[in-house]
Amino acid sequence: MALLDVEELSVTFARRGQRTVRAVDGVSFSVDAGEVVGLVGESGCGKSVTSLAIMGLLPKQPGLQVAGKAVFDGTDLLQLDDRSRRDIRGRDVAMIFQDPLSSLNPVVPIGIQVTEVLTRHRGMRGETAAKEAAQLLDRVGIPDPKRRLKEYPHQLSGGMRQRALIAMAVACQPRLLIADEPTTALDVTIQAQILELLKELVRDSGTALVMITHDLGVVAGMCDTINVLYGGRVVETARRRPLFRQPRHPYTVGLLGSVPRLDAGRGERLNPIPGSVRDLLPWPDGCAFAPRCARRVDACVGEPPELVLTHDGRSYRCVNPAPVPGLTPGEEVREVVPGQATPGSVPAQAVPADPPAVPGLAAAPSEEETP
Amino acid sequence: MTIISGKKREKIDRLAELAAREEERGVSLWQDAFRRLRRNPAAIVGAVILAIFVLVAVVGPFFVPYGPTDTIGIREGVVRVGQGLIPGHSAEHWLGYDHQGRDVFSRMIVGARQTLLVGVVATLIGLAIGALIGGVAGAAAGLGGRWGRWVDTVLMRFIDMLLAMPSLLLAVSIAALLGPSLTTVMIAVGMVSVPVFARLLRGSMIAQSNSDYVLAATSLGVRKSKIALAHVLPNSLAPVIVQATLTLATAIIEAAALSFLGLGNPDSATPEWGVMLADAQQWIGIRPALAIYPAVAIIITALGFTLLGEAMREALDPKLRK
Repeated sequence: MALLDVEELSVTFARRGQRTVRAVDGVSFSVDAGEVVGLVGESGCGKSVTSLAIMGLLPKQPGLQVAGKAVFDGTDLLQLDDRSRRDIRGRDVAMIFQDPLSSLNPVVPIGIQVTEVLTRHRGMRGETAAKEAAQLLDRVGIPDPKRRLKEYPHQLSGGMRQRALIAMAVACQPRLLIADEPTTALDVTIQAQILELLKELVRDSGTALVMITHDLGVVAGMCDTINVLYGGRVVETARRRPLFRQPRHPYTVGLLGSVPRLDAGRGERLNPIPGSVRDLLPWPDGCAFAPRCARRVDACVGEPPELVLTHDGRSYRCVNPAPVPGLTPGEEVREVVPGQATPGSVPAQAVPADPPAVPGLAAAPSEEETP
Repeated sequence: MTIISGKKREKIDRLAELAAREEERGVSLWQDAFRRLRRNPAAIVGAVILAIFVLVAVVGPFFVPYGPTDTIGIREGVVRVGQGLIPGHSAEHWLGYDHQGRDVFSRMIVGARQTLLVGVVATLIGLAIGALIGGVAGAAAGLGGRWGRWVDTVLMRFIDMLLAMPSLLLAVSIAALLGPSLTTVMIAVGMVSVPVFARLLRGSMIAQSNSDYVLAATSLGVRKSKIALAHVLPNSLAPVIVQATLTLATAIIEAAALSFLGLGNPDSATPEWGVMLADAQQWIGIRPALAIYPAVAIIITALGFTLLGEAMREALDPKLRK
């Protein structure tokens, strides 16, 4: 059994006088202990709402509806009462946010913010807590941690701040870490360092990591399994290597195709997906991606596409997937799940040791490039 | 490549050293704000005015040449109100006599202490009650659930009721209820500023409750009460502190107004600028200076508080930060 099993998670926001927004529409995925799982998609596809819903951090307001399940180690996180949810947060499940500056309290020294977690979940106080906090900062690679503990967030650089936030998140050795675009606010060199740090933490402590990002370079360098989201649903799930080598869903194909390539010729144009994320079809009326899809066929519209599970352990939600050379269409299909049903998760496989064979992602940090 | 001359290199080294030292120094939000205050001329003028005012108020009464209640002018026969004779400034009596033959200079200095006391105590009353109500409402509205919104609504409707009454009318009714005295003036002026502080802190706390660091703290399982006290409150205090400085100015003016209306201390043994102003109006035809001295003193003091308050607002506003 997986550490975290998200089943048919959906989040709707209803406002009086306005159209009800279904931000997450039946997302299912699972995360095993020690695994790095990516949730990938462009802005507005429901990545962040998914993570906030799992953590129970969505602002409580009338009109908010969260349905489905998020089973963590046998307990459904969505059914917990506030108190036990607070006990789990920070201790078993922790989150790293996008903007390290605004995620740290500007008027409180770093040290107090780190020890706060230690006091809350591990009952540490005074000297012990301070010592542990210094060790944590040291562990995430902040030099001179004793002095840094007394400093305020604005005195740290962006990378340091993100390290401090990571230190707070891993303070209680959580079993699941959710990172919501942890490197978006950082520049590229710092980005690589932070990713390396996260990878190290996952490797050393066996923490499972859910990586939410729109950056395919990050995905290529980090994730074991990747879920591609579109319009609030998982449209394709695969292990890292097969996904980059042979994307099946046209949206994944489009995403990979739109990455600027270092080896592209001068003056060669970028290859974007036409339209914007707002041009989506409601899922019950067909494939949400159909209006922008290059491989659209008549069958795309009318009813939601079925989820196709393949023999090699992938799944995609498309009636006309990108073909695989040497394979007749339909041959790889193991099982077909009707459109509204739960997509299965990809069974755990051996983690591919080598980086994906995508030439355009050469800039991405990978195991070989970083010491 | 150009070769940098020795002089230039020296200058660069010096700058680098300076920059390094700057970085070394730990700068908190308040230290940073203080540094910016020092560079603002308006803040310096305000601070100097206030320093003089506080100094006079605290130590001045020990050095006054005459007792504030000593009717020396009548005793010496220089002041004859019936004949319209109230002498002005002289070498012995810098600001002259008042209608009862008392030394105006001495009374002004002793009155400074009363004025400062009224201003500070009234502001503290308003700040304490207002911050308590506003803080509870803000924390409840920002972090509490449905129950919190209910608490917030009840508290804020009470504040709205206070706010709906004209401030002077409210103060007059409180003063009338408690009977005229200096304490009454302090309580009345304090109550008038309660809704301002309450609304300000509540709004500021609600705004801070939506910030990322609150979300981050929540994601780490920190308790709501801890988040409210340790994270939201300290970040919400800056506008309240600025408002307190500005309120000191209006408190002094309002206290003077209440005294002027006869709701202040009925005992003229302890002079207060507002009372002095009220007393002077009867003799304004004979000696207008009697009204001008306390009026100018009130204006300058209020100006000092306002200048400093405005400068603090600028210094603490993160949006104006470079």
